Amino acid sequence: MASEKGVMLLDFWVSPFGQRARIALAEKGVQYEYKEENLTEKSELLLKANPVHKKIPVLIHDGKPVCESLIIVEYINEVWSDKAPLMPSDPYQKAQARFWADFVDKKVYDCGSRLWKLKGEEQQAAKKEMIEILQLLEAQLGDKKYFGGDSFGFVDVAFVPFTSWFYSYETCANFSVEGVAPKIAQWAKRCMERESVAKTLYDPKKVYEFVCFLKKKFGVE
Amino acid sequence: MTSQNPEVKLLGAWASPYVARARIALHLKEVQYEFLEEKFSAKSELLLKSNPVYKKIPVLIHDGKSVCESMIIVQYIDDVWASSGPALMPGDAYERAMHRFWTIYIDNKFIPSLFDMMTSPTEEAKVEAKEQTMASLQLLEEAFGKISKGKPFFGGDTIGYLDIALGSFLGWMKAFEEMNSPKLLDKSNTPLLCAWAENICNNEAVSAVLPETAKLVEFATVTQTRFKYAPPAK
Repeated sequence: MASEKGVMLLDFWVSPFGQRARIALAEKGVQYEYKEENLTEKSELLLKANPVHKKIPVLIHDGKPVCESLIIVEYINEVWSDKAPLMPSDPYQKAQARFWADFVDKKVYDCGSRLWKLKGEEQQAAKKEMIEILQLLEAQLGDKKYFGGDSFGFVDVAFVPFTSWFYSYETCANFSVEGVAPKIAQWAKRCMERESVAKTLYDPKKVYEFVCFLKKKFGVE
Repeated sequence: MTSQNPEVKLLGAWASPYVARARIALHLKEVQYEFLEEKFSAKSELLLKSNPVYKKIPVLIHDGKSVCESMIIVQYIDDVWASSGPALMPGDAYERAMHRFWTIYIDNKFIPSLFDMMTSPTEEAKVEAKEQTMASLQLLEEAFGKISKGKPFFGGDTIGYLDIALGSFLGWMKAFEEMNSPKLLDKSNTPLLCAWAENICNNEAVSAVLPETAKLVEFATVTQTRFKYAPPAK
């Protein structure tokens, strides 16, 4: 990578991890170049920018790559600190935000994947786990507007991309997010009123099409 | 550096490298704290109450509020006691991103293969884990070269976030070297990390916390038959 000035994001359209970066950049009003990667044929640039994991998203800022979506979000927040603070300033609140964003990271994507990849008892177990995850997150949200309180914050950015996967989870595993975690469903709607989120997330039906494509690819009936 | 000051408590266990991370940070910041040793066999009420999500150590309890996950605890300590001791996080945003990136790498790739090397059920799996571990150490060696910029630590002149993330595992690394002869860090393959390991172990805050190699070897040997490594907490 040449030390070109500017911001570039290597990404894949439906990736919830990439969407975290896109939402953070949008919240901060940062101009950037978006580069769609073909994950079956990764570009030279991606392999060079993330040699360790070879994964998206990668933020390249003035030629220097930043990898791992939550690290990218913290970086964006710290560099473009003049508007839309995504982290609380209180150390304890910060620790809580990091804890719950990390919880989303550890739990949601993996459990969600098991919902569409597995069948029978294994799928039921994943469904039970997903409901627990959603209810824990709901307890954390409480009656707040956002996880960040009155302002859209780190945990909101970490979790909101997965809301466009709710329809896929519900359809594959036969349950309702609104039924098991109504506050989360309402929070998802509130987030969609934000331009950064509305312009980044894809229609849940389109995400479901992608899930169906993956199911075929992995030979899941 | 423990005291009866009830304001800061740390729930932990002597052998846990994740707990060591929190302790190293507390010592570097010269924070008085009460260390509450968790029994291996049964989790205390306090632990279950203060970390209901994962029920794991370490947990830092400060003014009655609990902070969980070892590196989140380290950042918290750095934030709260910012005016005491060296800054654990670098001042530059990009350097912070590097420390965080390699810490995640250590937690998700290096540590699992390190422990799989010792505890996998088959010889074949152990050999594969060892290769992964050695490859990880090579990557960490290169990363050290870039990040330290010729200084003794990842954090530069003083111990920082990434030093704590990796340094906390030196006790177990030395124990494994004793139990399974090939060296993990050696002067021909990982000269920078060898020098770093020496520097970091000579630091008071670290040497006061890292358990003796012999004790860890004894611990591992005694529990070897039921030794399925389950990381206490990240």
